[in-house]
Amino acid sequence: MSPFLFFLFLTGAKVTKSELIDVLTKQQKHLVLKDVELTVKCIIEQMNQALAAGERIEIRGFGSFSLRVRAPRIGRNPKTGESVTLAKKHVPHFKPGKELRDRVNESASKYKIVE
Amino acid sequence: MALTKADFAENLFNVLGLNKREAKDMVDLFFEEIKHSLDHGEQVKLSGFGKFELRDKKGRPGRNPKTGKEIPITARRVVTFRSGQKLKARVEAYAGAE
Repeated sequence: MSPFLFFLFLTGAKVTKSELIDVLTKQQKHLVLKDVELTVKCIIEQMNQALAAGERIEIRGFGSFSLRVRAPRIGRNPKTGESVTLAKKHVPHFKPGKELRDRVNESASKYKIVE
Repeated sequence: MALTKADFAENLFNVLGLNKREAKDMVDLFFEEIKHSLDHGEQVKLSGFGKFELRDKKGRPGRNPKTGKEIPITARRVVTFRSGQKLKARVEAYAGAE
């Protein structure tokens, strides 16, 4: 078990952004931690901006992000029972790519999901 | 036009001044590392963006919607994405064409 996996085993937590940054720093020789941090933030910010502008993101082998439309509806305040009109809105949607789908599915027999 | 890995690399070159080789490698590594975590049973949470979660689904009887023929759907593990509050709020405001 790699030290990283062992750490996860101990904490039982999800991989977080800062853990991802640590791993990425160790896996390449060009950039120091600080620069990897900026890199990851830059990628995430670009994804956020694209989706906020209604643009699709397509990463081969990983998946695609797009927006789905939610129709306007009449909702209810669960506390007061008052009805409120909810406007049409968009929500982010992710569709895993074939490679990710296959890799994850094939891993099911080898690894338990870390809760 | 959809955003691709080349666009991410281009942006790292423009914004952070990484050289093109480094920029491309970092983008590849970023997505590869998320895949690596997910195919080791580890869920990934990127604050400011969202969570990639794993679910084990039981097998169930299915049906070919075209022919109506019954075919079993095997048990499988799937990835789901849940966007974070910040991304949700930003996307909700998008009013453009669908």
